[in-house]
Amino acid sequence: MTKQHVAFKLNGKQVDVLVEPRELLVHTIRESLSLTGTHIGCESSHCGACTVDLDGKSVKSCTVLAVQANGSELKTVEGLADAEGLHAVQQAFIEEHGLQCGFCTPGMLIRAYRFLQENPNPTEEEIRWGMSGNLCRCTGYQNIVKAVQSAAQTLQKA
Amino acid sequence: MIPAQFEYHKATSIQDAIAQLGAHEESKLLAGGHSLLPMMKLRFAEPPHLIDINGIEELRGIRLDGDTICIGAMTTENELIQSEILQQHCPLLVEAARLVADPQVRNRGTIGGDVVHGDPGNDHPAVMLALDATLVLHGPDGERQTPANGFFLGTYWNDLQEHEILVELRVPVIKKGVGHGYHKLKRKTGDYAVAASPVVVELDGDVCRDIRIALTNVAPMAIRAEAAEAILRGKAIDEALIDQAAREVVAACEPAEDLRGDALYKSNMAAEMARRSIRAALQQARG
Ligand SMILES: Cc1cc2nc3c(=O)[nH]c(=O)nc-3n(C[C@H](O)[C@H](O)[C@H](O)COP(=O)(O)OP(=O)(O)OC[C@H]3O[C@@H](n4cnc5c(N)ncnc54)[C@H](O)[C@@H]3O)c2cc1C
Ligand code: FES
Ligand code: FES
Repeated sequence: MTKQHVAFKLNGKQVDVLVEPRELLVHTIRESLSLTGTHIGCESSHCGACTVDLDGKSVKSCTVLAVQANGSELKTVEGLADAEGLHAVQQAFIEEHGLQCGFCTPGMLIRAYRFLQENPNPTEEEIRWGMSGNLCRCTGYQNIVKAVQSAAQTLQKA
Repeated sequence: MIPAQFEYHKATSIQDAIAQLGAHEESKLLAGGHSLLPMMKLRFAEPPHLIDINGIEELRGIRLDGDTICIGAMTTENELIQSEILQQHCPLLVEAARLVADPQVRNRGTIGGDVVHGDPGNDHPAVMLALDATLVLHGPDGERQTPANGFFLGTYWNDLQEHEILVELRVPVIKKGVGHGYHKLKRKTGDYAVAASPVVVELDGDVCRDIRIALTNVAPMAIRAEAAEAILRGKAIDEALIDQAAREVVAACEPAEDLRGDALYKSNMAAEMARRSIRAALQQARG
């Protein structure tokens, strides 16, 4: 199968990669572009560890073809922090102990980043609903919910 | 898990998609990809060509045309949830979409893909039956319209013809005296239904002029519980009648036994979902 050129903006930088049509976006990000923050958990569209932000929407990058990202704007967990330091959601996960093993965390962070733009002042129930595409085997979710609540407050003050 | 090799094509219009389906043997349309890509990763499907219809603007969006709501096949679940037209004129679709999968899947998965895919666990086919929707299909010979009732023939089997594409779904605006109900039992957020039941009731004063009770994931495909409907039609519905109808729902079910439960459990859960949806629909219809 002929490889195809795919170009998109990744965390603000223009990138260009050659991919097979069957290549999944998560593999392109991790293997061709060497950004391994985005994790592969279930590989079957369930766990959300592979969540990335594609044109302003949270998607599971194990269930999108790399060729479909052509011309898009993509953000991964590596794109959250900036010169001034960690993003408010990252800081909140540290402070509220929103992680244990950390495997689900990149997906949680990039989803929380988008969710808080969709709903800047969510109730606990709305957080649970909005974060329901991300599974965690360690925390029992309690502190993840607290972290998202705390990040919401920080972002609203900013 | 990586799919088998295929050629990727992007369709630019409905006409172009139909032409490409004709030009590439055994090709498949790629909509949201959230049923097709998982099946390809498992190598349950190995289409040699994928025709991506995500770029076709005319397949997206929701518009009101008199008493009919027209929904483009490529409208995503999240777009259904956010639609003011649907919130106001067809709350059943909003409720159903809220219970499909999870936020990320709802950003990609489309109503059209859900309706034609053919997994008995897909939620929209039964919703289309309850709403008495019309499917608008385009093929090499032009456009045809067909009622949802009769479209679903079995698991991964429906009346979609070769090289046809589902373009639009048409559902009626909810009117005074009409009520919608939707209940879905699932083991956890993001799971397919153990059983679900969308119900639409039309009242004439206290009397049920018409009722449609549809069921998800308790038969090879989405079905209507017609014997149950017959018990309620033309009557002033009370709890005793609902009980009688629920027994007919159990009789209509022929679920596959799997990790979600055995046949007896699933059939009875379907009846309970129908019972709750009937009550909710009546309450809404009474205003
Ligand atoms: C974790 C997870 C949980 C899920 N939970 C649920 C759930 O609770 N309820 C539910 O209903 N679904 C659920 N789904 C399935 C999801 O909703 C899919 O998105 C949907 O079934 C298919 O829609 P799609 O747009 O992704 O279609 P695709 O996967 O792209 O396509 C599915 C099939 O339909 C064909 N097709 C698509 N569009 C058209 C068209 N316009 N004309 C003709 N043929 C077309 C394709 O060729 C393909 O054969 C879940 C999926 C996942 C991954
Ligand atoms: S790896 Fe993509 S959802 Fe689990
Ligand atoms: S912290 Fe271990 S999976 Fe979430």
